[in-house]
Parts: sequence; C-alpha cells; structure tokens
Amino acid sequence: MRELNGNRGRGLQSIDWKLVIYYLLLVLIGWVNIYASVQTDEPTSIFDLGCRSGMQFIWIVTALGMAAVILFLINPRIYEGFSLPIYLIVLFLLVAVIFLGVEIKGSKSWFDLGFFNFQPAEVSKISTSLLLATVMSQLGYKINRMRDFLITAAIILVPMMVIIMESETGLSLVYVGFIFMLYREGLSGWLIFLLGMAILTFVLTMSTSVFTTILVLLAITSFCIFLYSGWFKPWFIICLPAIVLLAFVPSILEALSTTTIPAEGAEGVATEVLHPFWSKIKPTYILGGILAILIPVAGFFSFKSNNKFAQLAIIAFIAGIILVFSTDFIFNNVLQWHQRTRIEVLLGLKDDPTGIGYNVNQSKIAIGSGGFFGKGFLHGTQTAYGFVPEQSTDFIFCTIGEEWGFFGCAAVLLIYFLFIWRIIKDAEKSREAFTRIYGYCVACCLFMHLFINVGMTLGIMPVIGIPLPLVSYGGSSMWGFTALIFIFIALNRNENKYY
Amino acid sequence: MKLNRESKLLIGLGAAVGILLIKLFNIQIIDDKYKMDAANNSMVYTTIYPTRGIIYDRNGKILVGNQVAYDLMVTPREVTEFDTLALARVLEVTPDFIRTKMKEYTKNRKSIGWQSVVMLRKLPQETYMRFSEIAYRFPGFKGQARSIREYPYNAGGNLLGYVSEVDKKYLERHPGEYKAGDYAGKTGLEAAREKELRGEKGHTIWLRNSRNRIESRYKDGEMDKEAVPGKNIVTTIDAELQNYGQKLMRNKVGSLVAIEPSTGEILAMVSSPGINVDILSDIGKHYSKIAKNPYKPMFNRAVQAPYPPGSVFKLVNALIALQEGIITPRTEYPCSMGYHFGNGKYKVGCHSHDSPVDLDFSIMTSCNAYYCYVFRELLENGKYGNVGESLDKWREYVASFGFGHKLGSDFPAELGGFIPTSEYYDRYYGKKRWKATAVISMAIGQGEIGCTPLHLANLCATIANRGHYYIPHIVKDSEGVEIDPKYHEKNYTLVDTVHFHKIINGMYKAVNSDFGSGATASIAAVPGLEICGKTGTAQNPHGDDHSVFACFAPRENPKIAVVAYIENGGFGASYAAPIASLLTEMYLNHEISPERKDLEHRMISANLMHKVKAK
Repeated sequence: MRELNGNRGRGLQSIDWKLVIYYLLLVLIGWVNIYASVQTDEPTSIFDLGCRSGMQFIWIVTALGMAAVILFLINPRIYEGFSLPIYLIVLFLLVAVIFLGVEIKGSKSWFDLGFFNFQPAEVSKISTSLLLATVMSQLGYKINRMRDFLITAAIILVPMMVIIMESETGLSLVYVGFIFMLYREGLSGWLIFLLGMAILTFVLTMSTSVFTTILVLLAITSFCIFLYSGWFKPWFIICLPAIVLLAFVPSILEALSTTTIPAEGAEGVATEVLHPFWSKIKPTYILGGILAILIPVAGFFSFKSNNKFAQLAIIAFIAGIILVFSTDFIFNNVLQWHQRTRIEVLLGLKDDPTGIGYNVNQSKIAIGSGGFFGKGFLHGTQTAYGFVPEQSTDFIFCTIGEEWGFFGCAAVLLIYFLFIWRIIKDAEKSREAFTRIYGYCVACCLFMHLFINVGMTLGIMPVIGIPLPLVSYGGSSMWGFTALIFIFIALNRNENKYY
Repeated sequence: MKLNRESKLLIGLGAAVGILLIKLFNIQIIDDKYKMDAANNSMVYTTIYPTRGIIYDRNGKILVGNQVAYDLMVTPREVTEFDTLALARVLEVTPDFIRTKMKEYTKNRKSIGWQSVVMLRKLPQETYMRFSEIAYRFPGFKGQARSIREYPYNAGGNLLGYVSEVDKKYLERHPGEYKAGDYAGKTGLEAAREKELRGEKGHTIWLRNSRNRIESRYKDGEMDKEAVPGKNIVTTIDAELQNYGQKLMRNKVGSLVAIEPSTGEILAMVSSPGINVDILSDIGKHYSKIAKNPYKPMFNRAVQAPYPPGSVFKLVNALIALQEGIITPRTEYPCSMGYHFGNGKYKVGCHSHDSPVDLDFSIMTSCNAYYCYVFRELLENGKYGNVGESLDKWREYVASFGFGHKLGSDFPAELGGFIPTSEYYDRYYGKKRWKATAVISMAIGQGEIGCTPLHLANLCATIANRGHYYIPHIVKDSEGVEIDPKYHEKNYTLVDTVHFHKIINGMYKAVNSDFGSGATASIAAVPGLEICGKTGTAQNPHGDDHSVFACFAPRENPKIAVVAYIENGGFGASYAAPIASLLTEMYLNHEISPERKDLEHRMISANLMHKVKAK
C-alpha cells in the first residue's frame, strides 16, 4: 500500500506495458473469433449473454478486474511466503474434484459452482509455478543435486499425476514443459535428451515394431558412445554396416520360414508351409542373443577404461529396452481408449476420416480453406456449420485460420512468439531468482499450450483438448492465464520499481 | 560460438513457432486439397428425381404411367419455433404426430445434419396447396413434388409389380445405387426392368454462405447434372385382352396364358386371384392384407405353380410316338373302359367311348388306354436298350418342348417344373427294379410330371408353329430397350414338322366335332375360328380335379395359343375350355358372338372359390 500511494506515476511506468498490450491483443482476438465461431443463422450482438461471445465478455471484464487487483492491490512479495499453502490448497482441490466434481466430456476435473464451472487444474499451473520459484530460488539450491532435483520433480509430478487421474491428460502434458525452465536453471541437457529419447521410443514401438525400435536405440546409443570417445570413423565402418545388416533379419527369416507351394491347376490356391525350425526363430531372439553378448562386453570395457559416459549410456540403453517392452503395457493399460485412438490416428496407424480423425480433418479443412487472407470476418463456412467441433474452445484456431487466413494465423503466432520472448527477456533481466524462475514457468506454460493446441488443429499433435491461452472460450482458463501472467507482470514491475 | 541456455531456449521457441508456420503455410497456401474439401462441405445438393419410365402394352396403351404426388420435407436444422397447431391443421395430422416427429429429429440431429428428411408422404393435392399458401410461416418445411405410379387399365397387376420406397436391406443389396427415400421396383416388371425404368437422378449444386443461406449456384450450374428420365418399356401384353382374361378368371383360382405363336410374345397372363392395380401405387397400406390372404394373390401361378399337365400332355406322347415310328395315324388300340395290366390286377381307367381307337379319335376323346399302349411301347420297344434308357430318350424329347427346365422367359421367378429321369426311378425303386407299368401314369400327363401353365402355353404355341417355339416373353424391343436376342430365335423340338398336322387334326376334331361324336371340347367351338384344342382333367388328390384346356386358333397361321388351368374346375370342358375359347374369340373377333354370350356370362359369374382349399 505504501509503495502504491507514494509512487503511483512511477508505478505505472514500471509496468511492462508491452506484455499488457500482447495480453489485451490476444484477449481481443479471442473474443472476436468466439463471436465468429458461434454465428449461424440469426446475427446476434457480440454482447448477447445468450451466446458464448457475450459470456466471454463477462470473463474478460472480470479477468481484467482480477488483473488490476493483482497488479495494484496485492503486494507481490507475499507470493513467496504463501506459495506452499497455496500449492497445498490447490492440490487438495485437485484431489477433491475427483470425488466432488462433475463429469464434463469424460473428465472429472470441474467443480460445478452453479453460475460457472471451475477447473482447479487451471489454477494448479500457477501454484506449481509459484512453489517451484520459491523452492528453486532458495539459497544453496542446486538442481543437479539429487535431493533438490527430487524435490523439484515431486513438485511438478504430484499435481501432474493427480490431473492424469482426473482424465485431463492434455492439461497434465503442459507440466512436461517445465523441463525447459529446469534446463535454464542448470538441469543437465542430457536429461532433456533422455526424455526426448523416451518419447521417440514410445512412438517408434507403437508405429513400427519392438525389433526396429531396439535397433534404432542401439544405433543412437552406439553413435553417442563412439562420438563421445572420438571414434567417429570406426562407427561408420563397423557399427553402421552391422546395424543395417541386422535390419534385414526379419525379412530374411520370413523368407526362410515359409515355403510357398505353387497352385495346382488354374483354380488352385497357393499354400504356405511353415518351416519347422526357422519359423520358430523370431527376429527379436536373434537381436536378444546379440545384445546378451554385446552389453556385458561393452560394460566390461567401459568399466575397464573407466568411461563414465559409456557406462551411463549402457544403463540408459537397458532402460530404453525396458521402456520398449513396457510401452505396449502402457499403451494398453495406462492410456485411455480415446487417447490411444488419437495417438494411433496421429501416427498413421489408423485411418478413419469419420471417426477420431474426423475432428482433425475438419479442422485442417477449415484452416486450409482460409488461404492467404482468409474469407473475412464472419464469412467462414466451415466453422459456422458445425463441421468443426469445439470451435469456440479447443478449435478456436480454426476460425482464425478460415476467416483470417495465413496472414491472420501468422499474426497470432507472432504475437504469442513476442509475448513468450518478452517474458523470457524480462525474466532474464530480473535480479531475483524467484521472478526469473516464475517467469520461465509462465513462458513454458504458454508455450506448451500454444504448441499443443495449434499443433492439434494442424494435425501434428494428437487431439488432446487444451485451450489456446487467452483466446479460447472459457472462464476458468481465462482467469487462470490472466492470474498466471499478471502475477509475473506484478513481480516484474516490483523489480523495475526497486532496482 | 557457445550459446547460453537462454539463447538456446529462445532459438527453440523460434523453431517451434517456425514449424507451426511452415505447416500452416503448407495447408493454407500450397495444398489445394483442403480448399476443395471445404467447398464440398459447404455445397448443398438438391436432388432432381427423374420420371420413371412408362410401361406400354403391345398396342401403345399405357399400362403404367406417372402422376405427381407431394411429400412434405423437413430440414430440422432450419426449423425455428413454429405454430404446431396451425401446421397440424393444414396437414390434417394430430399435433402430437408433429411433436413426436420433431423430437425424433432432435434425437437424430447428428446423423441428419443439414439434410432434409421426409415427414409426410403423398399429400393430397389440395392439402399441399393449402400448405403452400402458408409455407412461409414454417421455415425448414417444404413440399417436394415427386412422381408416383398410375395405372389406367386394370390389367396385369401381378405382371407389372409395384414400386416402393427402398428399405435398409435393399440399400445393402444395392450399394451406392440408392439413397434412403428413393423408390425402386420390387416385383414383376418394375423389378425386372428396374435398371431401364428408374432413369438417373440429377442434382443442382448450391453454395451456402457462412449464414447458411443459399448464396448462389455452384460454378453457375456447370457441375449440375440433369435427371435422365427412365426408359419406357413396351410389353407384349394386350391390355384389353389381359383385362378380359382377368374378368373371366374372377373368383377362380388358376392361370390363363395367351401367347402369340409366331413370336412367343405373351398376350395375356392372368394369375387368379391377383393384385388389383389400384392398390399397387399404395402397396404399403395394403401389404399386410395381401400377405395374409390365403389364396396368395402375390403368387404368379402362371410361372410359379407346379401342376400335373393332365391329358394335354398326351399330345407330347403322341408326337414322340409318331417320330419314333411306333404309331401312325392309322394305328389302333383297344379300350375297354381303360387300360388293364398286371394280369388284370391294375388299370388306368377311361370313360366309355367307341373302340378300337386311332390317333385322331384318341385326341378327340382323350382316350387313356390308347396312350398307355403308346407309352408302354415307347419304353419297351428295345430300340434304346432297357426301359430306363428308353425313358431318358423320352425325357430328351419332352425337354425339347421346354418341359422340365426353366424356359428362360423374362420372369425372374420362373419355375422349371419336373420331368423324371431313369435315375430318379432307380433311386426310388432300385436300379432295374422297375418296369414301364410303374411309370405308366406319365402316359396321360399324371404322376411325377410337373409343369407350369406357361409350359403348357408354350407347348400349345409349339404345336401351332408345327414344331418350334420362341421363348415366351413379356417385353418387346422398343426405342432404347433391346431384349435378349434369344427371344428371337426358333427353338426346334426333336419331333419333325411333318408329324404335327397329324395331331392338329385330332385337336381340330376335339373342338369342332358335333355333340355326341365323343369329342371332349365341343363347347369351345366358335364358328369360323377353327380352334384346335385339347382338354385335360388333371387328377388332384386334394380335391376336385383341375380343369385344363390348351388351344390355338386359327388352324392355319395361328394367331394365338391359349392355356387355361382352373384349379378344382373339374373336367377340362367344364371351365378351362369355355374360358380359353372365350379369350381366343375375344382376341380374334374383338367381341363375343351373341350365341356365346350366355356362356360368357356363366363363366364370368362362376365362383369356384369354395372348392379351393386355401393354404
């Protein structure tokens, strides 16, 4: 209060108005496009409370009010002290919603508060970010120290797991984005690399076969070990040919194990006879045999030469193999049916333009039909007829794509890019670690939402329903992101004011 | 250059946004596929229904035409709040009906989408007009004119068949050809000639704008398709004759078939009881009643019912015996009230007439004994080895008359009938364990023989042609419709032409001899028409015998061959002969002579339904 009264003019100047402008631009774009996306027969006013644009107007006005409160009334210093209680309260709500919430579109993550539905998962991003910032800005915190790392990981993983239990896998995926913040804060790059490898393994196992996946893992691991040891050429001379040769094993076995007896007469059917020995040999057996020899030998030499990198790589490789075999289990038992189908469609394992892929196909059609400059405001045909589902929430980008074209899409992406860029720049400028870490958290959340949501409408991400920040229709998401962003603006302003 | 982590992350951010931009650029600017799909999404197809082909009789009279009916269509997505009571009043339905329908559409709104569905069918014209006046008050509802079938003559309900809306099963059997709400021929000619009759649907393509208003023709109608009207079908039926035949067959069960011998064209084909044409256009309403009728009016007896041919079949046996040289017209056999065999233990009975009997007289009086001698001789003369082999030779002859297999007419449900082979009896009695006497009943057209009235009519046409027939058919060549060339080919029997006049003589005498001469069919005689005929009385273990008569006229250059088969009608002369001769007379003279008016009246008013055991 003291600061506010005393430094009003200076206070306003110290706000990073660029961030506020980006925020307002996105909110405005969202509102206008929500209006366009729900327009059908009878033109209604954008303020009509009977339709979504009218409701969104209410969310925007209230969100702006909340932004003002955060900016002008709440002392940013309290966040650090209150971050743990806030985190625990939100965590409690996250768990409580599983039992007390209403089911919307297959997930139990909403509280029905009568006048609107509230989703704790949207708030959880803020509380997690605040606690992360608090913990990681402690004096003496070292991310690569096991204890600190585990605490950090727990802060991220606990809400993430609860959200998965709420069947909101999409929102939980956003937490993966915190890894970029951890990277900035000194987490080993190899961890990100390993995470990437894990995802690659998962995808490869499902889209190809266990054999192929292990072979690819073998190639990458051996390449890394050889490259690290400086044996660049030997890898190309020895390992690569060996791996290519192994790649042919399945087809060679296939040829050996079946003998085709040609058809007799004009109408005969060719019969296939399985070879008694070769048909029992599976390609994975051969690979398994080779690995059973190779891994101990490689392990022995890595210990003998005290090559730490090679040792870790071999352990990672073994973990990879375990992941390959458990992927099938994960795929069939952890993921839900609709998520499984969506991933399968994305990977091209299933092709059904009327089923799960229908959404994406219609979404691509809507965006694709926009062309360079789009069809113009309120002239989109695809979104207006209801060809595109969830057009005002998760698929709002379709309306932008159809009515404003590539030009409009690029503009929106540019605003997001500048927004995130600016947040990172501001975060880097802060003197307090708390502000920096929190800023990175905000940037990560925005980025994950942006990439997953837009990627989904363009068909390069599976259909996992998460909103486009500030643009998609919805009170919870609007308030959540407003709070998330304005807490950072307030923290940043505080920095500007006193340093 | 060593980058710090902040820069790496910023580069990563840029790269990720770049990926999205590249993908966007690809979808929105490079790839045209999505723009076309989008156009498809916003195009509205209005179907233009073709008029169904007209079915004509042989003289150019319309048997089946078209008239306009109005359907009430609803596009549920366009419906706004409306006055249910007013709509119900104008459509003459209950408000509840409309409410239930609207509820149903709401329930199925996903699958209906922007499509129109039929709410009411076949509105009367006045109702439609009254609705049109206030249609503006009911957005989403519109009337659609559609052509339905119309039948100017009550002729050939069974032959023509009916048209009705396609159901789910039909759609599954004809993938891609029909859509729900389409109509298709289900039975008779309408079904057999569906491909020609239906024509091709057309469409107009409209573009919707974002307000779902129809904005313009798509590409100015360039991609529109005009409906191609169905092709007309000309049948061989004579509408007047068919109608007259139906009159004669009223209240009798059986068939009446008339063929033009020189072409094989079916002039009339009556299956009684049949379907009245006035219920054809609205078959759905009457269907359950028809299906429940014990006399099976949907069943076309003329081509689907297997009957014993009775004495008419003696003509075939006589012809075979003549060809085989077993008899000449002068050959005589005795008859003492039948044919006795097995040391007098068995006999095939016969009525009282003069004896001995020659060929002419055997046909005239339909002597059973004569044909038993002939048939036994045929099987036992040793020319073809044993009895079995002789029977197979005999069967070959019989088959050449079209018996025992499908004739190949253009009736899809035609029945083949049955003529036994030696193998059949071998299986029944054991190989070589049977003699000619075991199969003797086939001599007189009884026993195992089964044939349809169409087979008999074809036999009659074959005799009229002196030894060949054209496959009976019901569709003629006409503009745009060519029938199978097989209908223009002569099919010769294995009996030489020279033998036919010998039996025709007997057939002539059977009709045109004086009363008291022993002739069986004097009642069929029409002065000046030279009708040649043969009666038959097919024994029927289930009730009264079937009355059969086959005839053609005139004797030289026959114009018509007729077969009447009246179930439970008794002697051939009681009903079949008068009915067949009346039909012949009507066809050739276009009127019934005054002295036969009584007979005509008696036949039309006769009711045999009480004699028929309904199944």
